[in-house]
Amino acid sequence: MIEIKKLTKQADNKLILRGIDLSIEKGETVAILGPNGAGKSTLLKVLATLIKPSSGLVKINGLDLKKNHLEIKKLFGYLPHSSLLYDHYSPLENLVFFGKLYGVTNAEERAIELVKEVGLSFFLNEPVKNFSRGMIQRIAIARSIVHEPELLLLDEPHTGLDQGAISILNNVILSMKAKGTTTLMVTHDFKQAAEICDRIIIIKNGKLVDDFKLEDRALNLVSEKYQLQVEGVS
Amino acid sequence: MSMNLEREKATLPLSESADAKSPILPKILLGITIVLILTAIYLTFMYADIEKTMGVVQKIFYFHVGSAATAFTAFFVTFIFSILYLVKRKRIFDTYASVSAEIGLIFTTLVLTTGPIWAKSAWNTWWVWEPRLTTTLILWFIYMAYMMIRQMDGVWDKKARLCAVFGIIGFTDVPIVFFAIRWWQTKFHPIVFGNGVSQKGGGIADNMLVALIVSIFALLSLYTYLLNRGVEFENMKIKVDQYKEKLREDLEN
Amino acid sequence: MIKTAFLLAKKDLYSELKTKQVLTTMIIFAGLVILVFSFAFDPANNTTKAVIPGVIWVIVVFSGILGLNRSFLSEQRNDTMQGLLIAPMDASSIYLGKFLANFTMMLVVELVSIPFLFLLFDFKIIGSIPYFILIMFIGSFGFISIGTFLAALAANSKSSEMLLPLLLFPVTSPILIGVVQATRIILTNMEKFSSALAWIQLVSAYDVIFFVLCFLLIEYVLEV
Repeated sequence: MIEIKKLTKQADNKLILRGIDLSIEKGETVAILGPNGAGKSTLLKVLATLIKPSSGLVKINGLDLKKNHLEIKKLFGYLPHSSLLYDHYSPLENLVFFGKLYGVTNAEERAIELVKEVGLSFFLNEPVKNFSRGMIQRIAIARSIVHEPELLLLDEPHTGLDQGAISILNNVILSMKAKGTTTLMVTHDFKQAAEICDRIIIIKNGKLVDDFKLEDRALNLVSEKYQLQVEGVS
Repeated sequence: MSMNLEREKATLPLSESADAKSPILPKILLGITIVLILTAIYLTFMYADIEKTMGVVQKIFYFHVGSAATAFTAFFVTFIFSILYLVKRKRIFDTYASVSAEIGLIFTTLVLTTGPIWAKSAWNTWWVWEPRLTTTLILWFIYMAYMMIRQMDGVWDKKARLCAVFGIIGFTDVPIVFFAIRWWQTKFHPIVFGNGVSQKGGGIADNMLVALIVSIFALLSLYTYLLNRGVEFENMKIKVDQYKEKLREDLEN
Repeated sequence: MIKTAFLLAKKDLYSELKTKQVLTTMIIFAGLVILVFSFAFDPANNTTKAVIPGVIWVIVVFSGILGLNRSFLSEQRNDTMQGLLIAPMDASSIYLGKFLANFTMMLVVELVSIPFLFLLFDFKIIGSIPYFILIMFIGSFGFISIGTFLAALAANSKSSEMLLPLLLFPVTSPILIGVVQATRIILTNMEKFSSALAWIQLVSAYDVIFFVLCFLLIEYVLEV
């Protein structure tokens, strides 16, 4: 699904990513862990075509990121820290707009269905600006999957959510996984990472330092490895 | 830590020796510039005739036209390097574009200061809304705006990209501005090429023409020298920044 | 591409319809400009008629720049610009969509404020109204097309409201010269009609050149 070779990114004189090699199979759910400023979000943004890599090769579904960006943009759904929603618009209007932008045929039905899925049917026609953080995040995830993407890029999706919202979010991710969607998730929340992911990647200082498979939600294994890699060295 | 510092020192002489290869070019440029400027001064004040109606003040004309020609050349160079930058994305093209625009702005400022001085004695007014003057003024505003984009915060490649785009837009605008103002000021139907209401008059004495051409070349070579030095200077700045960053990284690890 | 552009323009205009923020501000501002001009030039005086063509374009330029400033800044809230950039469309669609929305708003402002101006200054048109409308159209087209482009460029800066006029005014000076001259001839002195036609041609040429240029270059402005 994703093929990354010798990816580097330089901003001014600072190397943010220093040579990342990574390949992710279709259907995997991968968590990217690492300290602040390690380059996790940058890696995600490169995949989301929001940052141009300085050098290296990125292929998604066999398509080169540099050449086929229009096709690639249809493949992924991206959820950054900010919601990417229009404040004056209701969830329905937001989702219909983005659905049409992605060329979804029955945008309206799809939007209603998604709002129901994230449990906000009651607020279908309320403007988003009155919503709480948890509600916005739920609409935001609905927005990122409005075109049923094959690849889901999530940047700290669990931050600032209550238990209910977290479980709704996890359900959405798991149901997408059941449909064969690949998920890449930057997170600081080990518990959630262990809960839904089957592979963990640790990034430090712009380099890949660990990459292992996870079975049976082994939270201890994650913390152990993370401490070894990140805190153990310094 | 001390080891890192020493390693830095060890790498520095290497790059210095790389620089030591090419200082011959600026020296030649400097030589040519000095010779040409001296010749131009001689030709202007000793060789060329004193203009009959305007008198000695007309001497500013050589300098004025020379600066204008140089400024236009400088902006044209910015335009070319802006296109090159957008196509190739090499930092050196951006450096050339920015340094050239800066020098061009200085020469435009010179044109705008010498112009009124000349105008005051020739037409007895500081400023006329004459096509060439007005175009130069708008040009000055356009490249001031270009400099404002340079002052923006952010990483260099973003600024370089936006500046390149504006460099292209700005330069494309210049001929249109010129024609618009010419039509506006002549107040009659379009004149195409040629000196419609030229204040130069039809002819120019041969020795004046020689002085003018030499002055233009003198200022152009001064421009080339300044461009070369300016780019060198920018490159050094970039290099120092890189060393700083490297040092910082080594200290961190 | 056209379809996406219309979708974007519709989104902006619908959002404007809900909040009515920008349009109201633009129209009120246009009214204030007229008011200030009535102080500066005595409306009872006959020579004032001579400045009316200029006043029309001062209104367009100043209220236009208010709208242009908002058009890309409004996308910074919740980073919706990122949402547009990751959507499967070309940068030129975003430009075209924004241009259509801004152009529509500009036309609405003109439609309200210019009759108002004529009314308040008791200005009698002795020229040709269809040609006047044509000039308003091509002048606004050029101003908004390059304005939308430069607004996208300026939006990268933290102080984009201050930067935009500095970028826009010198670049649009040929349009402003052209349309003011043409408007004056059309409104007051139809004898020089051929001259006005020449100005219309110049402004149209400018429109075409810069619209194409902006179309080609917008990709580099919106690149991340």
